[in-house]
Amino acid sequence: MKKPSRRDFLKIMGASGAALLAGRAGAEASESHAVNNDTLGMLYDATKCVGCKACMSACKKVNSDYGSLAFERAKFDSDGLWDAPEDLSGSTRTLIKLFKESDKQWSYVKYSCMHCQKPSCVSVCPVSAMTRDKITGTVDYNKDACIGCRYCQIACAFNIPKFQWDKAIPQIVKCDLCKNTNLVKKGITACAEVCPVGAISFGKRKELLEEANKRLRENPGKYINHIYGEKEVGGANHLYLSAMQFNKLGLPVLAEAAPAEFSEKIQHTIYKGFIAPVALYGTLCFVALKNIKGHGAAAKHSETDEKGASDHGA
Amino acid sequence: MGHDEYQRHDAKILTPSFIVLLTLTLIGFGLIALRFIKGIGAVSNMSDGYPWGIWITYDVATGTAIACGGYAMAILIYIRNHMHYHPMIRSAILTSMFGYGLAGFSVMVDVGRPWNSYNFFIPSKWQANSAMFEVALCVMAYTTVLLLEFLPAVLTTLEKTEWKTLQYMLDKLHQRTGINRPERLDERLESVKEVAAWLKPRLDKVLIFVIVLGITLPTMHQSSLGSLLLIASTKVHPLWHTGFLPLLFLINCMFIGYSIAILESVISCYAFKRPFETKELSGLARIVPWLTVIWLTVVIGDLAWRGQLMAALSFDFYSRFFLLEFCLVAGGSMLLFSGRKRESIRWLFASAALIVLGGALYRFNVYLIGFNPGKGWHYFPSLAELLITVGIVAFEILGYQVLVKILPVLPKLHTRQQLDAATEHVDTSAEHVVAEKA
Ligand code: SF4
Ligand code: SF4
Ligand code: SF4
Repeated sequence: MKKPSRRDFLKIMGASGAALLAGRAGAEASESHAVNNDTLGMLYDATKCVGCKACMSACKKVNSDYGSLAFERAKFDSDGLWDAPEDLSGSTRTLIKLFKESDKQWSYVKYSCMHCQKPSCVSVCPVSAMTRDKITGTVDYNKDACIGCRYCQIACAFNIPKFQWDKAIPQIVKCDLCKNTNLVKKGITACAEVCPVGAISFGKRKELLEEANKRLRENPGKYINHIYGEKEVGGANHLYLSAMQFNKLGLPVLAEAAPAEFSEKIQHTIYKGFIAPVALYGTLCFVALKNIKGHGAAAKHSETDEKGASDHGA
Repeated sequence: MGHDEYQRHDAKILTPSFIVLLTLTLIGFGLIALRFIKGIGAVSNMSDGYPWGIWITYDVATGTAIACGGYAMAILIYIRNHMHYHPMIRSAILTSMFGYGLAGFSVMVDVGRPWNSYNFFIPSKWQANSAMFEVALCVMAYTTVLLLEFLPAVLTTLEKTEWKTLQYMLDKLHQRTGINRPERLDERLESVKEVAAWLKPRLDKVLIFVIVLGITLPTMHQSSLGSLLLIASTKVHPLWHTGFLPLLFLINCMFIGYSIAILESVISCYAFKRPFETKELSGLARIVPWLTVIWLTVVIGDLAWRGQLMAALSFDFYSRFFLLEFCLVAGGSMLLFSGRKRESIRWLFASAALIVLGGALYRFNVYLIGFNPGKGWHYFPSLAELLITVGIVAFEILGYQVLVKILPVLPKLHTRQQLDAATEHVDTSAEHVVAEKA
């Protein structure tokens, strides 16, 4: 009986380790995905927004049936007169907030899905309930596929997807660019349509970027010199202009690389063509069969022998 | 390897601990019912910032690692060719089966739309980029594999059974209510026996391929449990977010697996008043420190490479949890490097417990403690949420307790004593075996 070697074991460990190491190296060498500027998006200009929340109410009006939205009552509002969500939630797809530093320094900000070019939520959804339309670039959610695992919530760097915690039959709620409602009927998103001051522009990413750059150029000093969403996490279709630091508005400072590229690269390296798992299975079968055969031939004697041997080795 | 290495533990099923565990199980399942009626928010403190709470972190991410005893033992026996550990594998597989089965059950409690799970079997919905897709398929497959691996124990029992309990109950029923025994019952029971007898040798032949599948699948999904958090690069603290997450999770589940096999054996020998399996355990314990050393090296090397070593020593909230995890694993392993301590049940137990705690804390650190979705979000599990987890774990222990008393699972005492004797007197033992065969 061969003396059991630690090396066999390390070999197996090494094999899986090497695959992972390769994944790591690969991830760093990866070129970024292609950004498609012909996809649809929105540009929100915080300096124009007057905080009327017309967009919030329009979004709920248009999407409440399709998107399972509901009015949210505030604590002080015992009669239920207003819709007063505190944050994006299982009932609210978009929200206006005011950030006030001082009487002179304040800004509104609108939250809704960024419609990322390389969306994390799509990358992680195990059952393709989150999808990104190849032509329009819109990231959409399909409740008939969703299993409610909430991995999309873990993955989204902007904390956009929301879950209906208080429902027996819950779903994920997030902006879908009115893909199935206003956009079909009127060719524009509801929030952009109703904005009385033109703070929300709807259009192709290309045009939106041009417009944003033009505003930056023509109004030196008015804005922070940065189009939020242009480069963040691989680019988004929802863009922001603002006079206040974006992170103060609750928009996180993010790297330009898409997290989904990093994770997919590692996952792909391990599972490419399913070769590694099959090879692992084959090798293990070979070793196990050999061990069993050797053992069967020597019958019970070897068991005592081996026991002796390994004890000497101890 | 024969089926005569195992035996049933003959003891009463209705013990006080049975009642306690049953109560906890019932409370847990009552709360689960509430969750399905009123929604997840009614029982849990999870939020849109912390969409994964204790159920995923403990029941799934940590519970399956703790259930890796069967995986670790299978590697040891079939791949590293230590056949003399074979008598220990059945109880390891039983705990793995419960661990994984209940992890799967917890997932069904945790997910919001479980009725859509059939989408995992519809190719057009497959999403190979998702680590969760991989984990889900592997865990389902592995649970099936564990069932198959455990089947021989059930078949052996079916083959030999006289259906005493059933006969007894039917008689009672007849006396009380006058309901007659179903016709041709004996015939049918007999055919069940026949099927079992027919199936067993056939299953034995292919079992090794199933067993190896049972080694491949955990290698895949345990590493993928680490991959799950790769995407959350802005939320998982840099002490834990690294491209090495899959590798670290894989090694982590191996050393947890061996340590838990030690703990299980000690606890069940203690609880069932059987002699301790010191020799086997110290052999197992010899492997653990090597794995932990590799693991700790990767952890440190990776931190150094990413320039996070100072963050690890900064003694802030995160660094403290990191150091605790590190010290538990390192401390437990140090103990196991000493040959003398490995011979002592007390030290074995203590060090295995430290390592399991440290390894589990690592998983908690990655999934919950080091997870920060941004300002304003907090999470601590609610009582109901905890009780559901407790209920599920109680059910797991309950099932183990009952099954080892009705199926041949634990190593046969007689075999072990024989082997121990054999080690000391190889010659006489060999003769003994030959004599026994003749
Ligand atoms: S912002 Fe979040 S939810 Fe929206 S597309 Fe990007 S990752 Fe998905
Ligand atoms: S919660 Fe639904 S949409 Fe989100 S990742 Fe899970 S299955 Fe996909
Ligand atoms: S695009 Fe449509 S769904 Fe999205 S926030 Fe605006 S109105 Fe709501």
